[in-house]
Amino acid sequence: MTASIVSLKGVNKSFGPIDVLHDINLEVRAGEVLCLLGDNGAGKSTLIRLLSGVHQPTSGEILMDGAPVRLTTPREAADRGIATVHQFGGTFPLMSIGRSFFVGVEPTKGWGPFKVFDRKFANEVAVKAVQSFGITRITDGDRLVGGLSGGERQSLAIARAVHFGARVLILDEPTAALGVKQAAHVLRIVNEAKRRGLAVVFITHQVMHAMAVGDHFAVLIRGAVASDFRKGEKTREEITDLMAGGETMATLEASIEGYMASHDGHPPSPAH
Amino acid sequence: MTDPNPRMSLGALLRRPETGSFLGLAAVFVFFWIFGGSNFASPNGAASWLNVAASLGIIAIPIGLLMIAGELDISIGSMVPAGSMTCAIISGHFGLPIVVGIGAALALGAMVGLINGLLVVKTAVPSFIVTLGTLFAVAGLLLGLAVIITGTTSVKLQAGPEAKLLLGHFIGGVFQVTIFWWIAAAAFWAFVLHYSKYGNWILAMGGDKVSARNAGIPTDRVTIILFMCSGMSAAFVGLSQAILYNSAQVSAGQSYIFNAIISVVVGGVLLTGGYGSIFGIVLGTLTFAIVNQGIYYTGFDANWASLIIGILLLVAVLMNNTFRKMALSYAPKKKGAKA
Ligand SMILES: Nc1ncnc2c1ncn2[C@@H]1O[C@H](COP(=O)(O)OP(=O)(O)OP(=O)(O)O)[C@@H](O)[C@H]1O
Ligand SMILES: [Mg+2]
Repeated sequence: MTASIVSLKGVNKSFGPIDVLHDINLEVRAGEVLCLLGDNGAGKSTLIRLLSGVHQPTSGEILMDGAPVRLTTPREAADRGIATVHQFGGTFPLMSIGRSFFVGVEPTKGWGPFKVFDRKFANEVAVKAVQSFGITRITDGDRLVGGLSGGERQSLAIARAVHFGARVLILDEPTAALGVKQAAHVLRIVNEAKRRGLAVVFITHQVMHAMAVGDHFAVLIRGAVASDFRKGEKTREEITDLMAGGETMATLEASIEGYMASHDGHPPSPAH
Repeated sequence: MTDPNPRMSLGALLRRPETGSFLGLAAVFVFFWIFGGSNFASPNGAASWLNVAASLGIIAIPIGLLMIAGELDISIGSMVPAGSMTCAIISGHFGLPIVVGIGAALALGAMVGLINGLLVVKTAVPSFIVTLGTLFAVAGLLLGLAVIITGTTSVKLQAGPEAKLLLGHFIGGVFQVTIFWWIAAAAFWAFVLHYSKYGNWILAMGGDKVSARNAGIPTDRVTIILFMCSGMSAAFVGLSQAILYNSAQVSAGQSYIFNAIISVVVGGVLLTGGYGSIFGIVLGTLTFAIVNQGIYYTGFDANWASLIIGILLLVAVLMNNTFRKMALSYAPKKKGAKA
């Protein structure tokens, strides 16, 4: 087991009166995929927003390489090597692959006030980066990002993060909107990132996807870590039950019938 | 990588943002050439639409950049007369050197732009509303001050020969020197948008402002600078008109608002930001000016020009959407995602 890059120590998060996370303790290690599992509204997205600098913990500490850090902005988290890839990958659909790859860190050539954006270099680097993750169908850096498939866009975004030196990769339901083949693409790329020594935090509602890449699993139930285990320590059925909020599938099925009969219980929480 | 020069193929040409605008321009040009007869394409005819295009174009380019960056500036409608009145009051009414009048007009444009920009980035109120406010505020202030200072709403200005030559001259008796300023502005902004790294910033901001900021782009500063540029461009057009026509009026700019937006949209800029080109804006401006002026060379009543412009705008938007879809989905494979 390698040393942890990021760890959370007794982290709590509340929004005003609403307590969302309670006493979270977690380690994110280099070359490992941490799968965050849990029902809708369990607090998974909130937890990673703490890591990506969008929110700050109400109490508790986030440590990087053992030293406490304050991640006050997404920019700061990114500077420290924590990269968040959003569900739809590239956020600039009408920019070319090469241009979007280098947003904010544009390579230029020339001198003085006549420095020009080095399109050829940008395209080459971007295409090479994404191809090195096995997406060989991307060959032209002038293509617009919006013309790529969902999986390709995710791959491009991950390749970009890795290229710019990310150490921790955060993926919130990257496979949720993807078909089987596209999802397999993304999972392969997650494995490749792991092989390169990155730490990956991966949120998914699909047990198969979690088991395909996960080394370490944390199950959140109502904002607390209900279970924390490593690969091979639990069966698929046990994990499925945990993901459903600790209830077994059998109880769930019974309760679904209950919903049908009466409308008494809480309605199912909407997806985030 | 497989295609060493992807920009040369027909497919690549069709994917460029200005292809639709070029076809539109060609269509109106041929139309007015046929119906307008030889006068339309004669030097005098060409001058009539090039002169209109030049002053409109100088304003349309920064408006287009703002739209690409996801903002809008309609206060230019007051900044054009504010620029000409400032210059005329200072250098005409008070008789100060013309450079002072020019400098003051440009400074006013920059200041109104700065106010627009600061309000937009600090309050997060949509820029349409912010600049609607400054449009009226500047118009009111201008009218009030003009009456207090000069007692009229129209001021005479007699500029010296140097200023006339640079800003208010008719080349060959018909072509306004503004045309060259327009070409220079287009070349400058084309460099900024398409070749410098700042162009990438502007495109990224229009695509997704939050991601652009997280990627390290100083989005607030870029927004403010773009507003300052549009304010200064409008003031520049205003002051050069005052020098050209030897006088300035309080109310002489509202038509620029819609005309500039039409030119930009016909030029292929996406209203929601993130996409567009300077060349396209130039083509859109030319198209607008040709329809606007070409009508006088035909046998038709000039009132039909608005109908043509309206239809042209709708066709341009539809056509640009089609070309954009083609740009997005060009790939040797089945599935193209929507924008
Ligand atoms: N900014 C906020 N203000 C108030 N409450 C919030 C805020 N953000 C999240 N919450 C609440 O925190 C809880 C956890 O939300 P979160 O989005 O982290 O869940 P999740 O585990 O990602 O769920 P899903 O699987 O549906 O994406 C929810 O009840 C949500 O309403
Ligand atoms: Mg979530």
